[in-house]
Amino acid sequence: MSERPAELVVHTTGLLSTVQDLGRPGLAGLGVPRSGGADRASLRLANRLLGNPEGAPVVEATLGGLEVGLTATRWCVVTGADAPVEVDGAPVGVGSPFVLRAGARLRVGSPAHGLRSYLAVRGGLAVAPVLGSASQDVLSGIAPLPLGEGTRVPLGRVDEVPVVPVDVAPVRTWSGDPVLEVDPGPRRDWVSDEAWRTLTSAVYVVSSRSDRVGVRLSGPAVERAVHAELPSEGVVPGAVQVPPSGEPVVFLADHPTTGGYPVCAVVVPASLPLLAQLVPGQGVRLRPARR
Amino acid sequence: MTTLLPYGRRATLLEAPDDAQTLALHRAVVAAALPGVLEAVPAARTVLVTFVDEASRAAAQERLRTLVPVDGDEVAGRLVEVPTRYDGPDLDDVARLTGLSREEVVEAHTGVECTVGFVGFAPGFAYLRGVDERLHVPRRDEARTAVPPGAVALAGGLTAVYPRSSPGGWQLIGSTDLVLWDLDREEPALLRAGDRVRFVEVS
Repeated sequence: MSERPAELVVHTTGLLSTVQDLGRPGLAGLGVPRSGGADRASLRLANRLLGNPEGAPVVEATLGGLEVGLTATRWCVVTGADAPVEVDGAPVGVGSPFVLRAGARLRVGSPAHGLRSYLAVRGGLAVAPVLGSASQDVLSGIAPLPLGEGTRVPLGRVDEVPVVPVDVAPVRTWSGDPVLEVDPGPRRDWVSDEAWRTLTSAVYVVSSRSDRVGVRLSGPAVERAVHAELPSEGVVPGAVQVPPSGEPVVFLADHPTTGGYPVCAVVVPASLPLLAQLVPGQGVRLRPARR
Repeated sequence: MTTLLPYGRRATLLEAPDDAQTLALHRAVVAAALPGVLEAVPAARTVLVTFVDEASRAAAQERLRTLVPVDGDEVAGRLVEVPTRYDGPDLDDVARLTGLSREEVVEAHTGVECTVGFVGFAPGFAYLRGVDERLHVPRRDEARTAVPPGAVALAGGLTAVYPRSSPGGWQLIGSTDLVLWDLDREEPALLRAGDRVRFVEVS
């Protein structure tokens, strides 16, 4: 046993790097968002590749720019966006576990495709949970361990983590013309049929005002058919909400627990990881899902 | 029969017969203990039920349709007093919108006992029903990007206290030093659904 606990040391965070797990479901009655990794498929994959429990805490980096080191040698993996991943300048790739030696520098660069990268360490990050989760929630300001330059994050134990005999996971393919499949939402009838056709055929541009709360889409306005005020109701990740401006907001992990604008469409679960990887400035289309 | 609205592949929205039965419907969902339910989220007139997967959602539809709201003892909620300074930037607008004087607005706001209908929007943000009908005002045309914590606000026949700094479109009529949300408390949220609230003017 070493004297000091093993730690991950953050050198730079880039635009935004946070600790994420699968969030804190079950507290919506207190107004607490579920939060957790925005691209849960990538978060789960990263943990599976290392033998961690699927929901172990990881680092979620936004648009790369993350540099970290470890004080003890550990297996690591980076999943998610198609970003250059280097250890002391040598490329190690995405979706492929590698050994990060104590003192070496891991860098996640600017992605060629996608937005969010997930760095998992074997044994997980041992961040003390708040309300049952290590996740940082940008809407609520709940941040069990916010990451900044010099932050030291304790690492979990590895003696009971099984060894996974996997060298590399299939890397996802990136289309230049991303399409999200949507089902009609609970307030589909609050927009006209013409507005629905617009919503599900036009090319929208991902706004720079998008964040972990929601992806804002700029493009043709979705005209409301009903102009009454909607009493607040619960929302889910992927809910497509139409505010008075007519520019849709698609909710992500840190969405508020309730919202007062009609939800006319819902992104299907299979498209949620892609939603979380949309880059501001990029075009995206919504298409009615086939059953 | 409860009205069900489809909400994607892993959720269903239940519509309560009226606002007052929303919590009773929520209790019925919790009591039914359906397999695969992730959360049941009560709001103004609906209960959102989310599931861990599509199959659990499909299996639960018939039970949800036939749920009977479970009456509870709303009056058993705790009574919380909110000491309030009526110094909000929208107090004059609210007076103008309602045709009341500033003093009459304060009188109307402090003269009733409100009930927490539900908590949503942000941690600890309690939507209070029972506002004096003379104070039913719409949201502001433009939302503020930052409403200070402790702001006492009105909109759409409801009143609330902002637990922390956040964007907000409600009419701000006052402020309180009461802490609505504190992660260091055993129960972070001061107000829970069913609690009763009375605003008391302080200077």
